[in-house]
Amino acid sequence: MSEEQKPVTNIKTPMRLEYRYSAGIATSRFLHGIAQGKIIGQRCPSCRKVYVPPRGSCPRCAVATEEEVELSDKGTITTYAIVRVPSENIDVPLPFASVHVLLDGADLPMFSVVQECPLEKIRMGMRVQAVWVPKEQLGPTLQSIRYFKPIDEPDVPADQLRETV
Amino acid sequence: MRDVAIVSFAQAPNRRRELRNEVEILMPVVQQAVARSGIARPFDFTCSGSSDFLQGQPFAFVMALDAAGAWPPIAESHVEMDGAWALYEAWVKIQAGQAETALVYAFGKSSPGDLPEVLATQLDPYVMAPLWPDSVSLAALQARAWLEKTGKSERDLAEIAVRARRDAKANPNATVSGDFEIAKLLAKPYIAAPLRAHDCAPVCDGAVAVVLAAGDRARAVCKRPAWIRGIDHRIEPHALGMRDLTVSNSSRIAGEKAGVGKGKVDVAELHAPFTHQEPILREALGIGADVKINPSGGALCANPMMTAGLIRIGEAATRIWDGSAQRAVAHATSGPCLQQNLVCVLEGE
Repeated sequence: MSEEQKPVTNIKTPMRLEYRYSAGIATSRFLHGIAQGKIIGQRCPSCRKVYVPPRGSCPRCAVATEEEVELSDKGTITTYAIVRVPSENIDVPLPFASVHVLLDGADLPMFSVVQECPLEKIRMGMRVQAVWVPKEQLGPTLQSIRYFKPIDEPDVPADQLRETV
Repeated sequence: MRDVAIVSFAQAPNRRRELRNEVEILMPVVQQAVARSGIARPFDFTCSGSSDFLQGQPFAFVMALDAAGAWPPIAESHVEMDGAWALYEAWVKIQAGQAETALVYAFGKSSPGDLPEVLATQLDPYVMAPLWPDSVSLAALQARAWLEKTGKSERDLAEIAVRARRDAKANPNATVSGDFEIAKLLAKPYIAAPLRAHDCAPVCDGAVAVVLAAGDRARAVCKRPAWIRGIDHRIEPHALGMRDLTVSNSSRIAGEKAGVGKGKVDVAELHAPFTHQEPILREALGIGADVKINPSGGALCANPMMTAGLIRIGEAATRIWDGSAQRAVAHATSGPCLQQNLVCVLEGE
């Protein structure tokens, strides 16, 4: 095949687009709370569910959520996965457990990781608490919560978690 | 063909930089449109238009579902187009007998990025996009060709901007409005000659929602439904050099198919994001000098991406509802230099 007949399979097309992102009103309130070591959710005026992190809306009722609710940093694992695949974006040593944590008072579990616990001990219903970065390092980012660790409280029965699993 | 009408319309104020997220912008708009429609959720069909490239967030349209209420799960579709094309899909769905009512919405948050650059990504990725021709520069190529062909002047273009901004004074949602002097506008620098700032639509964020209903369902909830008597959309080749940029053949054909010329047109909402595109569209659609153009101020005063076309349809429907028009034409465009065009003819009872 002559050079001209060969398909061009590689060209370099530098592309750069910059965005000035805004988290939105509700998520900004949440992130400002995180910077102060507080977890702020929002309650739906219609179905009364509490969402965290809040996005300013109830996806079930399609109404705006405005009432703010400060939540505990303790919660219950509703489901988990043992991660053994490396990712450049995560600095937690492998293997680790990614979890859904239903914070006390919330109706939507939030995503995090669990540490300070042998992986085989992690289970649905297990009680955990947030481990925060030192106070001077708190910022408007979920990285202010380093991970969740087990606490010495009895498990929550599975049927109490059914709606949020 | 089934009778299908627009029975409700709502839009967000078109701000230059929204700090709310897309759901926070959209939700009050959807709620208003739903409340005004008098039709209770769930709708038989929901369809939306948006583009993730604008706000730089993937799958933004999925997050936007929070505003529509997808619980219990709903029949939903999305187009990576202006919401006017989402309305077309909903209209087809109702024509096919698969729905009696439909919620159509669109949103566009362009402010996080550099819009003219972002729009360059819709061009051919091998031979055009790497050269980064921004959307204003491409429109300027079209404007130059049109000025040369018609013998019109930059002053003629400025007159269009002045009229649009004056009309927009009555539109509380407009981004730009007011009384402007042509001489002062012409004294401003070019953005891309022959286009100055007043020739180009302002970059802004926005959201829009409309409700469609078929036949008696529309009559039951709306005193004077805006019936869709014709709707068609056409697209032209991707390569700009293939087209005569001084005319809009896709608009002409869509206008013929939609039946624009079948009766007297009282008002036309033309989606022209650049001044020179308005006369191109008027000619293509056969809109005479007696027809009121863009009483809302049009896209030159508020052009939220992905929503401005559907807003044209909503504005035209409003003229039918309030009785100021018996027959209205709405037009939506997408792509560089009027590449894709949709034309919709609305009539009162």
